[in-house]
Amino acid sequence: MKQLWDLAGVFAYLSLLTIGGGMAAFPEMKELTVDTYHWVTFPELLHFYSLGQLAPGPNMMMVASIGVTVAHIPGALVALVAFFLPTGLLTFFIGRLWTHLATWRWRPAIQTGLGSVAVGLVLAGAIIMGRGAITQFFFGVIALAVFLLLWRTKINPAYPVVASGLIGMALHYFNIA
Amino acid sequence: MSDADTSLSKPSLGKLFWVFLVMGATSIGGGVVAYLRTGLVVRQRWLDDVTFVELLSISQTLPGLNATNMSILVGDRLRGGMGALVATLGMCLPGASLMIAAGFLYGAGGDGPWSKAFLHGIAAGAVGLILVVLVQLGAKTLKTFADYVFVAATAVAVAFFKVPVPYALIVAGIVAIWWHRPRDKDVP
Repeated sequence: MKQLWDLAGVFAYLSLLTIGGGMAAFPEMKELTVDTYHWVTFPELLHFYSLGQLAPGPNMMMVASIGVTVAHIPGALVALVAFFLPTGLLTFFIGRLWTHLATWRWRPAIQTGLGSVAVGLVLAGAIIMGRGAITQFFFGVIALAVFLLLWRTKINPAYPVVASGLIGMALHYFNIA
Repeated sequence: MSDADTSLSKPSLGKLFWVFLVMGATSIGGGVVAYLRTGLVVRQRWLDDVTFVELLSISQTLPGLNATNMSILVGDRLRGGMGALVATLGMCLPGASLMIAAGFLYGAGGDGPWSKAFLHGIAAGAVGLILVVLVQLGAKTLKTFADYVFVAATAVAVAFFKVPVPYALIVAGIVAIWWHRPRDKDVP
């Protein structure tokens, strides 16, 4: 029971940090789920996050996988509700208010100001994730290749990400990684 | 807004749920925003582009994921509070079910060397993906040199000096908002 409360607290808190995308919450997610509560190891967190990028819909459904690991179905449901309800309510009420604020002079300042901080948080998340995922030269090559491919073409990101997994298996087969 | 535009129709709750469920099940590979625009503006004609972009800018400013924030805002526009609820449930249900299943499968056999090798590979690929998202987000958001300073300061503080994100968010947020504060010369 206490674990469910911990899950609720952690994911409700993390949800409030997801400004600019789920990645913005990644540094604190690592801190809490790996270092503080030991629910998952850092590699496990990376695996769930990456699998979550392959799932359809919102890209942070991996919180359900962490919930399952901690407390099965109840854990998953608690993690999901905690992660989506607080920001959901906030969006609902501010969304109704926001249109009335169309002429508010501070609105552009908040939008631009928070925008750059959000990019900074996503960058921090990417750095922390990179430290865990790019453990060898070849994994760096994979990341760079996927980046260039997605940057230069319009293909669905799911293809190169799945291909990265297959290359990971090939590296394992040839004993390279 | 588009209240006067009678060519845009309002769906039933069941239809709303179904359309979001389909988008929630098919938007594989991120980029939910593109799927949302195709589904809501082009195919269903529930929103016009102006409203869509306006709701998107709210979604991006507030905490929460774009996909769920958009479901809430669009659902509310079309069918009020219940609309927001069914749209969000539809958007989340497919991905959530899959990731719950993934959690159980991982617990059952995720430690095998082959699945580990696969997962390590997709983790490297996901780093490439997040870098692209970062570049696209940056190109849209960062206009002046000061913006890049805010990005660098926030990222270095969090990733290298382990500053807790809420502190970084509040301090950098206040400084950045103040930097872009409305000036007197902006008054029309």
